[in-house]
Order: sequence, then C-alpha cells, then structure tokens
Amino acid sequence: MMRRRFLLLTSAGLIVPLAPTRSARATPAQVAALIAELVGDATLHDARVKLDLPVMVENGNSVGMTVSVDAPVGDVRSIDVFAEGNPLPHVLRVRFGPRAGAPRFATRIRLATSQTVIAVAKLADGSCWRDSVDLLVTLAACID
Amino acid sequence: MVRVLLNVPKRVKRGEEFDVKLLISHPMESGQRRDDMGQPIPRDIINSFVCTYNDDEVLRADLFPAIAANPFLSFAVTAQESGTLTMTFTDDHGVVQTETVSVTVE
Repeated sequence: MMRRRFLLLTSAGLIVPLAPTRSARATPAQVAALIAELVGDATLHDARVKLDLPVMVENGNSVGMTVSVDAPVGDVRSIDVFAEGNPLPHVLRVRFGPRAGAPRFATRIRLATSQTVIAVAKLADGSCWRDSVDLLVTLAACID
Repeated sequence: MVRVLLNVPKRVKRGEEFDVKLLISHPMESGQRRDDMGQPIPRDIINSFVCTYNDDEVLRADLFPAIAANPFLSFAVTAQESGTLTMTFTDDHGVVQTETVSVTVE
C-alpha cells in the first residue's frame, strides 16, 4: 500500500512540472498568417526560391541554411524565412541593395523540433515565390 | 565589442561577384530559456545587420532569436571600383559595432 501511495505521489509530482506554462511552439496557422500578411494580395508560387537545408538534422542548435532566388538581384525586394515549429517562427528577413552580387544569403539557424521551414521571396514586380523543406531534428535546440 | 572573423578576398575582378563571410562571437540569447532558478534569461541578440560598399548598400538583414549562437553570415557582393566594405550590426542593448575591410578591384 505504501508503495502504491508513493507511486501515486511521485506520478502526481511529475505531472506538475510538465504542464506547459505557455505554448512553446508556433503553429502552421500562425506562420500562414504571417506569410499572408507579407504576401498581401499576390499569389504565392512554388518556384524560383531555393531553400537549402539538410533533411536530417542532428543538432538543432546550429543548422546551416542557404536561401537563394533565381532572379536578377535588383529584382528581389526581400527574402523571409519562417520556421513553423519554433517558439518564434520568424527566422530572418534580408533586403538587397544595389551592391549585392547575388540574391543569396547563408547563415546558421536554430530549430526547436522536426518541422517545416519556409522561405518567401518578394520581387520588385510584386510577385511572391516560396520554397519549403520538411526536416527531421534529432537533438532540438534548447528552448527551456 | 565582440570578436568578429571576416573572410573577404583582398583582390577581386571588376563587376564579378565575390563572397563575404563573417562569424560574430555572440551568445544570441533567445529569451526563451530559463536559468537554474527558473527565472527567464533576458533576450540578447544581434537584431540588425547592414553591409555597405563605398556607402552604397549591399544588403540589410533583420535577425531574430532563431539565428544560432555565434552567428555566421555569408553573402555575395559586386564591386566596380576599389573601396571599403563596411559591416555594421546592432544588438538588443543598442550597441553598434562596425567592421571595415578594404577591397582592391583589378
């Protein structure tokens, strides 16, 4: 009986710290809303943008990412990257000036969990293009 | 002041793109973590990066907490004449740091 009570108490104790204080992840719907705000009335085409990310990620604390656009650099207004499974989904926004050599940017990002990462490019003519990568994260970036 | 490693070619061909790489030594504290006492660790990241060449803009980037610690940034630049590449970044405390490197066009 004592053992059973002990088990009950410890299991009750375990549940409390696991209860989330607030949502630690963005949702695909939140990211869709962010992208809709960015894109506005334009339609989003799945082409011209290339998001380079590994499909299998061993360590989510630092993941090499390259995003590039198949267009003259003068035509590219901005590139945005969103991570659907991160607590804060917006990863990056880049705008190019007249001295840029190519519409390309590389950095290292954090990924909190296995998720979809989306890149959206906005061109000067108002058209919007996207690319996405579904990836598997083995060791998540520490968010807590 | 934080340490910055810069990789820029000294000599480049006129009008041809060249790669600029930089590695900034910065914790990029996301503001999502808690310390041992359960207190939230305040956010401290580099939130903006601007690169110019002879005062003309190459690019500007808004960085968010999803950028990994010790941020590595790489991009392409073209130059028609010799000059100075200037990279400026700002952190959450408003501290602005500028790195410059001269480039010779041949």
